[in-house]
Amino acid sequence: MIGHLHRIWDSDLCWSFRQSPVAMVSACISTVLIVCAILAPLIAPYNPFDPSTLNLMNGFSRPMEPNPFTGEIFLLGTDDQGRDMLSTILYGMRISLFVGFMAVIFAMVLGVLLGLFAAYAGGRADAIIMRIADVQLTFPAILVAILIFGIAKGFTPVHLRDQMAIWVLILSIGLSDWVQFARVARGAALVEVQKEYVEAAILIGRKPGIIIFRHILPNVVSPILVIATISLALAIILEATLSFLGVGAPPTEPSLGTLIRIGQSFFFSGEWWILFFPATTLLMLALSVNLLGDWLRDALNPKLGE
Amino acid sequence: MMALLEIKNMMVEFPNRRGNFTAVEDTSIEVAAGEILGIVGESGAGKSTIGNAVMGLLQAPGRLGEGKVYLNGSRIDGLSGEQLRKLRGNRIGMIFQDPMTSLNPIETMEMQLVETIQEHLGLSQNEASTRAVDLLERVGIENAKERIKQYPHQFSGGMRQRVVIALALCAEPELIIADEPTTALDVSIQAQILDLIKELCREKQVGVILITHDMGVIAETTDRVAVMYKGRLIEAGSTTDVIHNPRKPYSKSLIAAVPPSNRKIERFPKVAMDDSDGGRLQNFDLSSHWLGRGKRFKDTGNALISVRHISKRFPLNSAILKRKRTYIDAIRDISFDVMPGETFGLVGESGSGKSTVARVITGIHPATSGSIVFADTDLAKIKSGAERRRIRRDVQMVFQDPYSSLNGRMRVGTIIAEPIIVNRLAGTKVERESVVLDLLDLVGLGRDAARKYPHEFSGGQRQRISIARALATRPRFLICDEPTSALDVSIQAQILNLLKDLQEQLNLTYLFISHDMPVMRQMCDRIGVMRNGKLVETSETEALFNDPQHDYTKSLIELMPKFTK
Amino acid sequence: MLSYVFRRAMQSVLVLLTVGLVAFSMFRFVGDPVENLLGQERTDADIERLREQLGLEDPFPIQYWEFLTRAVQGDLGISFRQGRPVVDIFIERLPATLELAFVSAAFAFLFGVLFGIYTSIRRKGFLTNVILTGSLIGVSLPTFLIGILLIYVFAVELGWLPSFGRGDVVQVGRWSTGFLTESGLKALVLPSLTLGLYQMTLIMRLVRSEMSEVLRQDYIRFARARGLSDRTIYFRHAVKNTLIPVITIAGLQLGSIIAFAIITETVFQWPGVGLLFIDSVQFVDIPVMAAYLMMISVMFVAINFIVDMLYLAIDPRLRDGKTSFS
Repeated sequence: MIGHLHRIWDSDLCWSFRQSPVAMVSACISTVLIVCAILAPLIAPYNPFDPSTLNLMNGFSRPMEPNPFTGEIFLLGTDDQGRDMLSTILYGMRISLFVGFMAVIFAMVLGVLLGLFAAYAGGRADAIIMRIADVQLTFPAILVAILIFGIAKGFTPVHLRDQMAIWVLILSIGLSDWVQFARVARGAALVEVQKEYVEAAILIGRKPGIIIFRHILPNVVSPILVIATISLALAIILEATLSFLGVGAPPTEPSLGTLIRIGQSFFFSGEWWILFFPATTLLMLALSVNLLGDWLRDALNPKLGE
Repeated sequence: MMALLEIKNMMVEFPNRRGNFTAVEDTSIEVAAGEILGIVGESGAGKSTIGNAVMGLLQAPGRLGEGKVYLNGSRIDGLSGEQLRKLRGNRIGMIFQDPMTSLNPIETMEMQLVETIQEHLGLSQNEASTRAVDLLERVGIENAKERIKQYPHQFSGGMRQRVVIALALCAEPELIIADEPTTALDVSIQAQILDLIKELCREKQVGVILITHDMGVIAETTDRVAVMYKGRLIEAGSTTDVIHNPRKPYSKSLIAAVPPSNRKIERFPKVAMDDSDGGRLQNFDLSSHWLGRGKRFKDTGNALISVRHISKRFPLNSAILKRKRTYIDAIRDISFDVMPGETFGLVGESGSGKSTVARVITGIHPATSGSIVFADTDLAKIKSGAERRRIRRDVQMVFQDPYSSLNGRMRVGTIIAEPIIVNRLAGTKVERESVVLDLLDLVGLGRDAARKYPHEFSGGQRQRISIARALATRPRFLICDEPTSALDVSIQAQILNLLKDLQEQLNLTYLFISHDMPVMRQMCDRIGVMRNGKLVETSETEALFNDPQHDYTKSLIELMPKFTK
Repeated sequence: MLSYVFRRAMQSVLVLLTVGLVAFSMFRFVGDPVENLLGQERTDADIERLREQLGLEDPFPIQYWEFLTRAVQGDLGISFRQGRPVVDIFIERLPATLELAFVSAAFAFLFGVLFGIYTSIRRKGFLTNVILTGSLIGVSLPTFLIGILLIYVFAVELGWLPSFGRGDVVQVGRWSTGFLTESGLKALVLPSLTLGLYQMTLIMRLVRSEMSEVLRQDYIRFARARGLSDRTIYFRHAVKNTLIPVITIAGLQLGSIIAFAIITETVFQWPGVGLLFIDSVQFVDIPVMAAYLMMISVMFVAINFIVDMLYLAIDPRLRDGKTSFS
């Protein structure tokens, strides 16, 4: 067991992690942010969705200063409704991360399955799948996501719209992103399919399904992992963008993007903190995940080593 | 007389995370004008590094640690980048291994030649153009005036290598460093390129350093040879001396491992410096062992496998519409028999279709037409899946590239156990594990290997793992598709010995595929010669070498590098 | 080669037909068009008449054909929300978006390619580090935040540039341009910077990784071994080989600039088609959504087609049909 841990510690990936302060710092930041988001109900000082804790008198409290009317102090201030910004951000981050992770998982499962199938089957199936992917790739993710969101909105009954919004959001971000996974999985799998161990597996009598999942999949994990990390950052940004545009998370379940949308209207009139703190959180989250993805790509691709 | 190039005590190191890797150590070499010096060695010997170090082209983070390099008496190591650049191409030319990637794909040959000529000789556009055409004619390109306007993809591999040589000759260099210049080429083209290099060397009194792993090329081409091993110079001397009277143990073993082209030997002599050979399975008795079980030998005197008129065509593109597809015929109308216990060889140059034959027989690519009868069963007539799997189990394959034929994510033990599990060949887990260990012993790897991953092994050891996996289905027919072409020559000798031993111990029948005529001579009982997807001649091995019938066979035998001890 | 051009053209038409089908399906199936067109005051007879009039009783392929014919003739229906022909609204708003996209694309390409080449040649160094760090922040910073930041600095704090709108525009025929007035040009600066910055980052990273790949190729090593100067190697051999694959992806990028304009237009209240589209999504104004989808796909397909033809002109390997795109 200790030997095993030592091997992981001594592996090239770990070594390059220990060599890269940027990777370590961003891993720390993203871990802290993710843990905070998960534990939001436990660590947030207030529940921003509980109307009984809200006091309109607390509205527009400045950060770290006692409110002139009630004398209460809020670490990051309050918004117009008197909601504690820190709690709102924690809950908002929870929604941003939930949507991001679910969308990436959805895109990954769909894309990797189709990509592996296309690579292994080849021929017509491959041509059709990749042609669809190419066409979709022509349309930027944001446009695809907005369109799917718009169409889904047309289909959902009005009274369910707010409840369904999060899932529609996941669906639209996921569907806009599967192509990346399909292309990467197919590209990597095509290289693997050419390798002789796949032929060896056929010769000993393995069936195609098992060859794809037991032999090929483990060998294409690295590039998929890189894409997944970068996609997570993109999904978080895309979610924030959609919510900012008003076609994402509903005001009843505000994500970081929704908070920025709300904060924008107060930003230029002096209440800067309502926008500033959600925006900084979003930037930290996206930047740390992006930096991790960037490091991971270089570390897993020895060709790029200079 | 002063040497053209003199390397004194060269040391090249590559700093890495675990310290310094020394690629070349304490190596001194001289080349005279008009002489071809061969540097020979196996992978990791540091032979290419010497060439790159002389040119000042070491890949980062490599650096010249110690030593001096003199060109015509003046020191050239430690020159500034700009001074070195002026030297490259002007006084020292270089030829790389792969002509397919050495030329800029989107510029014409003319542009690449002219820019090089102008860089060094300062001629006008027109003068440079004329000179470029002259150069192409000199390296044997016909219609040079027209062809110079073409792009690299319009040239064949051999022609591209001629252009690469012309590019190296642009400024009439005093020295040419050729790094494996023919490794990527077929035998027939290899001979032409080597002739060209020899001719240039005599004619212009150019000094040539020919870096190669191929003893045959050394024997045929060079005047003197330097043998390298793990970054050190082992011995140097005239080529005839070193080949016939090697003095150092490594040179002796290296030369002993080269398959002779003129006769058949029973076994390769045991090589002194091999990395694994031991732990042979003791007191192995086939009749009582798992490996001997379930053999259904009815020696009816029939062929074990009969291939009749098989053809295979591949689609060239994957158009969605059927009528838009185009096809290529990889093999056409191939027929041969393989008798039980014999080794049948298929030889041919790249693209001759020999590997396709292997994949048609194994069923990886089903034949477009023709029939295959295995152990008196027509494979096309098998109906049940169980029957098909049972037959397929009898036919296994050893692959060319030991680095891609093993799944890097699985432990060696799991890799070898997989065929046993899939085909339910062992009753219990205990039995299965003991069979895996026995197989590892049988191929000479030792039982510890089971717990390790493929990347912990060298190329030769991986090939042994690949053989053990093939044996784990208890096959009767083993297809060896270029099993040693990716290996160093001393490792090749071990693997060939192992294959011979296994054939004897387990009564195996082989289909042995290779492009290497001397290797074929050592391994095969009968040989079929393939060209452009067709079988042009089939004959007993010695008869084929001594009295080839077909013109193509004659040229293959004529052009193979002769290596005789 | 001609057959390749023809095949590409056919593919483009196929893509357009597919997108048209999606757009039409939106019309037909998302919500009830009759309900959307008629107000609360309606009779069964009205509904019947309208269904007849709209051809909703016809078989699906015929309806699709009618839809396509009308679309080609410039009839894209009537906006549910504004009650005006969609085409009129688009003609009014398109110049704003196109001018914005043009300026930001020029900016993104110019600096993206320059920075990309610079950072792959000088792999270390102060400026390279600054550019690379900036690019990582660039891809992590959502476009709308860049916009807000720029407004805060240049419009609110410094007061140099306007924070919203197009400024004064001049009508040239039916085209309203902001290029001809000072306030129009000033108003363009912040939005096009916002829109171009992210695209520039992407192009820069792409050029850098492609060029690093090219610099590792054998023909570059061989060019060094022939003693060619760094300038020749970088700018004659490497850059040209780099730009071939970059062109395709950069073409896609150009398309996405028009799509990303949605965000920029929202932040800057820029009166273009993006703003129109996002409003139509919020109010489920299907005809506008469908028209936007078709307009943007015509643009994308055209860009792609042009890019492929460009490719053909640059890469000698393709002219001989040695390799195919699929």
